[in-house]
Amino acid sequence: MVSFDHVSKKYGTTSALEDITLEIKQGEFVFLVGPSGAGKSTLLRLLTREAQPTTGKILVANKDITKLKSSDIPQYRRKLGFIFQDFKLLDDRTVFENVALTLEVLDKTDAEINKQVEHTLKLVEIWDKKDLFPRQLSGGEAQRTAIARAIVGKPEIVLADEPTGDLDPKTAWSVLQLLNEINSWGTTIIMATHNQEVVNTLKRRVVVLNKGSMTKDTKEGRYE
Amino acid sequence: MSRSIEFTKRNIRRSPFQAIAACMVMFLTFFAFVTFLILAASSQKILQFYESKPQAIAFFKDGTTDADISAIQNALAQDPRVTKVKFVSKDEALNIYKDRNKNDPALLELVTPSILPSSIEISTISPTDLQPIADILKQEPVVEEVRVPEDVVSALVSFTKTVRVVGGAIVTFLTIFSILIILMIIGFKIRLKRDEIEIMRLIGASPSFIRIPFILEGIFYGMIGAVLSWIAAYTIIWYFTPFIDTYVNEVNLVPVNPLFMLGLLGIEIMAAIVIGSLGSISAVRRYLHI
Repeated sequence: MVSFDHVSKKYGTTSALEDITLEIKQGEFVFLVGPSGAGKSTLLRLLTREAQPTTGKILVANKDITKLKSSDIPQYRRKLGFIFQDFKLLDDRTVFENVALTLEVLDKTDAEINKQVEHTLKLVEIWDKKDLFPRQLSGGEAQRTAIARAIVGKPEIVLADEPTGDLDPKTAWSVLQLLNEINSWGTTIIMATHNQEVVNTLKRRVVVLNKGSMTKDTKEGRYE
Repeated sequence: MSRSIEFTKRNIRRSPFQAIAACMVMFLTFFAFVTFLILAASSQKILQFYESKPQAIAFFKDGTTDADISAIQNALAQDPRVTKVKFVSKDEALNIYKDRNKNDPALLELVTPSILPSSIEISTISPTDLQPIADILKQEPVVEEVRVPEDVVSALVSFTKTVRVVGGAIVTFLTIFSILIILMIIGFKIRLKRDEIEIMRLIGASPSFIRIPFILEGIFYGMIGAVLSWIAAYTIIWYFTPFIDTYVNEVNLVPVNPLFMLGLLGIEIMAAIVIGSLGSISAVRRYLHI
């Protein structure tokens, strides 16, 4: 599904990633762990094609995304869903409108949008908040909205960058359970985190990065 | 496209004060534009009217006999440059005066046929023939005064030129000003919507999907300004029609032809599309890096 083949990334003379070779199968749940500056976000940025590797190849669904033309990038990104630590919800749109944005970009009809957004919001259990604006939501509700926006377009891969970073342990756990459920439908999830408790509780594949290098890759791993 | 229009509507609705400011600036530009076009078209029509009817008027002194007048008429009729000679008696002059001033009784009091001179109106093939004919008539001892519309025509030509130059300069200045205002407002909105643009990029929106609503927004401001200025101009013309009519009754300038006004609206809308697009496309090129 996703394959990093000897991927390195340098920003000027600073090395952000060094010779990463990694294979992620469809339907896997992978934690990218490591301290700040380890290269987790850079790895996700390479996957979203916001950045290009200095060397190496990145294959997604057998396609080398480093060779994508700029005009093909939007189409590629429609296969992905994104979740951010700071939610990145649009303040002037309601919960419903934030989630609908993904489908509007996909040029779905209003009827399809209404149906799919309702289904997704019910799934993440915030249908009753659909008319509220982000400032009226708790952290957990905001992150559920962000998750709904990420999955409403039925992406093949969900990339989550510290999705529980701003949440209290109880809310973080409920968000993680939701991601686990999404993974159980066959969606690949790649989640960058440094939340030890979350990683150790879920017992999924753990890829450890340190100073840009991959130091460990274990199934049902732990973060110590 | 319908989705882009929806995004545009939403953008406008959510920042109404910016939208009002942009529409007002565009209104000013287009009001100057429509005023310039109407003035230019009107002065052109008046000019054509006078040019198409070359006519000199010779006024006779009091006591001029019918025989003198007939002699002059006959002489003029022999001239190949003259197309028509019409005698206007003192009584006819009074009737014309009364007709022109029928709404102002004060001007009609104390006016008798003896005050007004009799005259002959001479039409020629070309306006350039008027002056030589007038020069001949001036030498006649019974002729008091000869009026040639040359002065009117030259005054109108000069007025039309002034309208074109001054109007053109004002419209050019306001057009540049409006393009810059649209550029500034759309640029400001692009900066304000940085997060939204970033999210849209990440969820797979194509660059055109992101750009088009901003471009449509610029066009919308232009079109609203154009339509409002057209309505204002039409209302002003309609309100002042009786007033204008007293001055240029013969030219049939008013009531203004609705087809002319519709044509004007079409021109304004096209100009609005150009100005709005130029402003917003410049903003998108400068501030929206996708």
